[in-house]
Amino acid sequence: MSKTIKLTKGLDINMAGKAERKIGESAQPETFVIKPTDFLAITRPKLLVKEGDNVKAGTPLFYDKFSPDIMYVAPVSGEIAEIIRGEKRKILEIRVLADKEIENELYDAKSISDISNLSREDAQKVMLQSGVWPNIIQRPFGIVANPEDTPKSIFVSTFDTHPLAPEYNFIFHRQEQNFQAGIDILSKFTSGTVNVNIDNKGEVAPIFAHISNAEVNKISGKHPAGNVGVQIHHIDPVNKGEIVWTVNPFGVIQIGKLFLTGKYDASKIIAVVGSEVKNPQYFRTFIGASISKFIEDNLNGNHSRFISGNVLTGERISKDGYIGYFDHQVTVIPEGDYYEFLGWMKPTSKKLSIHRAVGLFSFLNGGGKEYVLDTNSRGEPRAFVETGVFESVTPMDILPTYLVKSIMAEDYDDMESLGLLEIIEEDLALCEFVDVSKHDIQSIVRKGLDLLRTS
Amino acid sequence: MKFLREILDKQKPLFEKGGKFEKFYYLYEAQDTFMFSPNTTANDKGVQVRDAIDLKRMMITVVVAMLPCLFFGIWNVGQQHAAATGQDLELMDQILIGLKVVLPVVIVAYVTGGLVEAVFAVIRKHPINEGYLVSGMLIPLVMPPTIPLWQVALASIFAVVIAKEAFGGTGMNVLNVALTARAFLYFAYPTDISGDVWTYFGDSTATDGFSGATALALGAATTTGESTGELVAQFNQSGFSFMDMMLGYIPGSIGETSTIMCMIGALILVGTGVGSWKIMVSVFGGAYFMGLIFNLIGANDFMLLPPHYHWVIGGLAFGAVFMATDPVTAAQTEKGKWIYGFLIGILTVLIRIFNPAYPEGIMLAILFMNVFAPLIDYNVVSANKKRRLKRATV
Repeated sequence: MSKTIKLTKGLDINMAGKAERKIGESAQPETFVIKPTDFLAITRPKLLVKEGDNVKAGTPLFYDKFSPDIMYVAPVSGEIAEIIRGEKRKILEIRVLADKEIENELYDAKSISDISNLSREDAQKVMLQSGVWPNIIQRPFGIVANPEDTPKSIFVSTFDTHPLAPEYNFIFHRQEQNFQAGIDILSKFTSGTVNVNIDNKGEVAPIFAHISNAEVNKISGKHPAGNVGVQIHHIDPVNKGEIVWTVNPFGVIQIGKLFLTGKYDASKIIAVVGSEVKNPQYFRTFIGASISKFIEDNLNGNHSRFISGNVLTGERISKDGYIGYFDHQVTVIPEGDYYEFLGWMKPTSKKLSIHRAVGLFSFLNGGGKEYVLDTNSRGEPRAFVETGVFESVTPMDILPTYLVKSIMAEDYDDMESLGLLEIIEEDLALCEFVDVSKHDIQSIVRKGLDLLRTS
Repeated sequence: MKFLREILDKQKPLFEKGGKFEKFYYLYEAQDTFMFSPNTTANDKGVQVRDAIDLKRMMITVVVAMLPCLFFGIWNVGQQHAAATGQDLELMDQILIGLKVVLPVVIVAYVTGGLVEAVFAVIRKHPINEGYLVSGMLIPLVMPPTIPLWQVALASIFAVVIAKEAFGGTGMNVLNVALTARAFLYFAYPTDISGDVWTYFGDSTATDGFSGATALALGAATTTGESTGELVAQFNQSGFSFMDMMLGYIPGSIGETSTIMCMIGALILVGTGVGSWKIMVSVFGGAYFMGLIFNLIGANDFMLLPPHYHWVIGGLAFGAVFMATDPVTAAQTEKGKWIYGFLIGILTVLIRIFNPAYPEGIMLAILFMNVFAPLIDYNVVSANKKRRLKRATV
């Protein structure tokens, strides 16, 4: 049954530096990387290539010792330029120096009717080998799905409500066929349904307008309405012992493309956004691209932070760093390492706050104002004092304060019974933003998930 | 402000690890973060931007909300002094008398409590908590104007040590700090905080016919007699008309006499989102509800008091607005807040009417419910867990 869900809680963070709907002209970056650390559960990556090897786009680079069937592949063809290792020789990055012309690993192309007759086993084999499998993420825990599981349902969220997030109907423009083929493939894997959740706010994007073989649910509300975890909670919640898979539309399209064209295609459109970007816009590139080409001569300030992803869940990268495997945006905002005289009581309407305590006047600005936010922590960490704020930005029947405290106390029973299995860190990212006491909620959530996963 | 920053930066190495005054780092940190909001930035992973709120700003909001009560209290102390001693004083003189009485109490509370905080911060190696900004203001406001200063100091020390630091500091305490200070004096030195203490005399003496009793005492006195239904008339005769009590032209603790000023404070707290309106509304609701029930029983005059009088006599309004809403000691779940507040209201009126020995019910009711708040939350949280469990088995 398709559902229409209206969420009332949450917070849209309206930031300056939205991407203009156009694809920028820029030379392709020279290097691309795959970081094993982007895939949370990988503990023992086993390399299949060495420095100097030539690879095609789609050539396996490594696999995890504990799930040897899932291949992690090169996004572009070229030469393995460098394998960066950290402490204890942990593999951090595999750098590929790209060819001018990208050459792909090839698989059998199939017609639409072939796809519908394909068995799960055959589809799975190709998906594991070709490198599209890591698009499938498992709930609970938010890790790459185990091919041996049969999830009770599969979820695809077709919109991103994070600050400055790319518009999916722009970056996935004209991918209708690939998307539908991907849905057809995915539907073979679940005992239940594939749920495609669309934004009920504006017009439905053409790409998601006519979808068959799936339940289409309409969701509306402020962020985190676009988070797939929130949607699952309201449509078909994850209970103890159950497994649900989630796939980003990019993954669905990549899977569809693999079967329709026989190619592993890592090309994607990313948004380069933020108040420090001169011309925030989109760029066409590949997974794991070096960002330096896109921001060169495109910056306002010279003291900025570069973030792969958005400002709520993203990760800091260096100026010549690489975009993360799952990210579709690079955000550049001012660094906030400055002191502010009496900053804790100075009246201000420029700093965004959900609170209205004395001197915080941002609530008078209305929702239309775009904020320039920097990375300053705006205060010191303290013990939990304020109550009720987390709840106001969490549109789920979950008690964030108690859940977070149970993780801090490492109380396994409580973590589970309070709903930790239903969420991953991005679902409580807003709690971290609004927290008066400046806790690192997301890393606490991840710690709890790791504890439960390995217990 | 650059030179200030330079001074602080120069001192910093002395207090950091390996420095000469390493032990006193948190004292340095307290003044540094008071002068300048810190230059720390977001971690590599996780949120990269933060809301502009911090605990300091939240706490100072509560202090601002208490200012109307403080200012009114200062004037009222002088005004009551004038009325009781039969002097005809100008407004300025009344305020000056009030200042002379109230300021030392405020200063003593802040200094002693603050010192204890600082000592604990150094010994226990935790930051100095902003929570005392609020407690240090609340304590004077719930003291009678005649309170000896050494008792204020003793109560502040007791409250900070036993009610707060023993549990680990702000955020960890079970009992409201300011109320613990008052309860401590109430049971340790009852003669100085009950009876004829609500008016400051100084060197003057009372006029003939001055009784010094409060509305609560008048009410409590009727609980043994026949019910005549004339308590309201008696209130009106003794200068406790509903309007007087609403406005606060009555003797009482320094800051809690005026229901109107408490309401202004409530508006600030609710408007800024710092205090829970759910708790405030439910405390008033609970008190009204219990007042109605007693009306129906009607065994004595106090029971027959119209329920809305309970809102304005004693410290109910002040307690509901500033004490019951303390986020640390109140119920922390949204549903729990309704139950917590309502029970405070009920208990307050219950104690007022059934226990004339402790006429001020709100203090004991809040402390009592502080203890039970975790139990309320426990049940709300259990219900959440049960919903999840039930869903799993369907």
